[in-house]
Amino acid sequence: MANSGTIPWERVRRAGAKLTTPLHPDDYLRLLNPLWSSRELRGRIERVIPETDDAATLVIRPGWGWRYDHRPGQYVGIGVQVEGRFQWRSYSVSSPPKRDRGTIAITVRAMPEGLLSGHLVKGLEPGTIVRLALPEGDFVLPDPPPQRMLFLVGGSGITPVIAMLRTLDRRGTMPDVVLHYSSPSKGRMIFRDELARLAEKHHGLTFHELHTDADGMLDLADLGEICRDWRERETYACGPGPMLDAVAEHFEANDLEDHLHLERFSLQLGGEGGEGGTITFRNSGKTIDSDGATTVLEAGEQAGIGMPFGCRMGICHTCTLTLVDGTVRDLRNGDEYDNPNEPVQTCVTAAVGDCTLDI
Amino acid sequence: MAISDVKEYAHLTEEEVDQLGRELDAIRAEIEESRGADDAAYINRLIKIQRGLAAAGRVTLMAGTQSSKTRKPAVALGVALLALHKILENMEIGHNVMHGQWDWMNDPEIHSSNWEWDTAQPAEQWKHSHNYVHHQFTNVLGYDNDIGYGILRMAREQKWSPYNLGQPVYNSLLALLFEWGVSLHDLDIERIRKGEKDPKEMKRQLKQIFRKGRNQILKDYVVYPALAGRQWKTVLGANVTSNIIRNLWSYVIIFCGHFPDGAMHFTEEEIEDESRSEWYLRQILGAANFQGGPLLHIMSGNLGFQIEHHLYPDLPSNRYAEISVRIRELCEKYDLPYTTGPLHRQYGQALRTIIKLSLPNSLTSSDQPFETARPSPPQEPPEPPTPARDRKRRADSERPHRRRELGGWSRAGAAARA
Repeated sequence: MANSGTIPWERVRRAGAKLTTPLHPDDYLRLLNPLWSSRELRGRIERVIPETDDAATLVIRPGWGWRYDHRPGQYVGIGVQVEGRFQWRSYSVSSPPKRDRGTIAITVRAMPEGLLSGHLVKGLEPGTIVRLALPEGDFVLPDPPPQRMLFLVGGSGITPVIAMLRTLDRRGTMPDVVLHYSSPSKGRMIFRDELARLAEKHHGLTFHELHTDADGMLDLADLGEICRDWRERETYACGPGPMLDAVAEHFEANDLEDHLHLERFSLQLGGEGGEGGTITFRNSGKTIDSDGATTVLEAGEQAGIGMPFGCRMGICHTCTLTLVDGTVRDLRNGDEYDNPNEPVQTCVTAAVGDCTLDI
Repeated sequence: MAISDVKEYAHLTEEEVDQLGRELDAIRAEIEESRGADDAAYINRLIKIQRGLAAAGRVTLMAGTQSSKTRKPAVALGVALLALHKILENMEIGHNVMHGQWDWMNDPEIHSSNWEWDTAQPAEQWKHSHNYVHHQFTNVLGYDNDIGYGILRMAREQKWSPYNLGQPVYNSLLALLFEWGVSLHDLDIERIRKGEKDPKEMKRQLKQIFRKGRNQILKDYVVYPALAGRQWKTVLGANVTSNIIRNLWSYVIIFCGHFPDGAMHFTEEEIEDESRSEWYLRQILGAANFQGGPLLHIMSGNLGFQIEHHLYPDLPSNRYAEISVRIRELCEKYDLPYTTGPLHRQYGQALRTIIKLSLPNSLTSSDQPFETARPSPPQEPPEPPTPARDRKRRADSERPHRRRELGGWSRAGAAARA
């Protein structure tokens, strides 16, 4: 898919397919090296670097078809086989975009009760093959960067921010940056040493750390004490949902929402629900009555359909199915999809009236 | 005599049949719950082995035939490797993946929705003719096109015509060319002959078959021979042989599924308002197993567990062996027949039926065991000499909706007919 610039190579593979039909040459090449396949994006875990007691950085070597052109701050989908089944999540890329190293890094914190994050942090052996989804997301460092920036970070929300800071460091273009980073304790602070080093190296970078177990949470009314000119800065906030809600509210109250950029790690279905209706799954002839708040994916699972799924938050597109007929509404923003045979993301859409899906 | 009511035939009350259904559901739930890393490792390992065999076979034939010293052993080894790979791919991998047995892994590379197998029939048409038509309407006269595949008369209830006198010949041809016979199966030539087939659908299917068949022929009979240069004839011959071996093997295995004595046929009265439990019961009565070691079962796609496969078409095939122990116990508990035997006996019975039914009913007698172990068999009306009713095949629009556990099928226009 990414080899559009190298046509002869594509031609070789097409010719090779005459020998391997109905399979693809990649289906055989992956026997030699699991990364030699562009049928699905894959990666190999090269190293697992512990960051804190409950967080680790996974260094991944992507296989054929990967593009190293991710923008600092974007996230990727990662699919890992747990008990024989691929489970998908999305994580920010913490490494800066740089092609020649041939690897990307994501940093993962094991969530309590988070089956997959725990597995990623503690259970992954180097050499494990994972599936990948291409980088996505709008929470990115603009190019050129704003003259004055403020980062408000909570917990593992540091991961997209470290990618931005590393990029600024590598380019040697660190503008006037204030980083406020809250974490329960010093020990739980991912990248603490590196941030301290960066702050020492760059005059422009000011690093505030707050240990909320000892000192309590940041009161946004006191934001001026940490950063006197916060109103004049472009602000990038990333962290737990309640923190982001508070930040958004504060900026709105100050009429500054145009200067605020947020990254949420959980799905927020803020849009209006659908009206509900009967969803028909055409291959099985199964139907289910679904209300406007239930996603098509959940409805399908309730009906006993083997629905494909990934991140369940509208990111990875693993769950995309063809809407044969009818209308669905995107619960995040209220967009409606009603073209016949349109691909829709089932994990974030709900039925508006009766609809039919191709599965 | 075809069965019009499975409950009555099995001497079970409605409550007993429902209880049987619940017990079968419980086994399904238990297996679904316990699917895990070992099962995933099994199918991944098998795919690796099968692709390794394919590569080894092609290379052996390509390189080994170039010198006259190695030619003979290379051909023998190459043919064996290629035949093995095709058999594994078609039976234990392709057939089972397309049933959706591995969909639970959420692995887009081993999924029923996009698997294409190494044989002439397009996967989409197979999923329709097999997953839906055969598995849902198993052995129901007029509904299941697999009773003789429209070529052979395999049930005494099917009308005899002088055409059937040639059955032994058609049978041999079908065995040799099995791949191509299967590729035409979903077209439903009977309907085409009668002018009942939608011409648009027919054109679409023919195009699909042509494209798939062309690629298969090009690969085995043009490209690989051409790559062998002066030895093209040797490689061509080897490829033809390996395909024929695969054809014969799949033919034998598939004919052991429903044609041995003991696998019963059903009339359309049975599927009127058939409950899920009755469907289960029909699968037990309509299928036949064969016995063998683990290697035989893998080489036959675990279709020696035909009864278990028909009860749970979408559970992983590597679990059928353990499931079969439970099913046998249930059959004993409910006093149901569980048809099984050695492979040669099962195939022998199928072959005997093919030959016997080439003649009209009046000249032969039935081999079906009519009674289960219970003392009072139902009253059997005398068998008609040759049933007058012509049970023509049904189109999808004349069939009930499909059951979910059979595995998916998909095609444009399916919604219009559904």
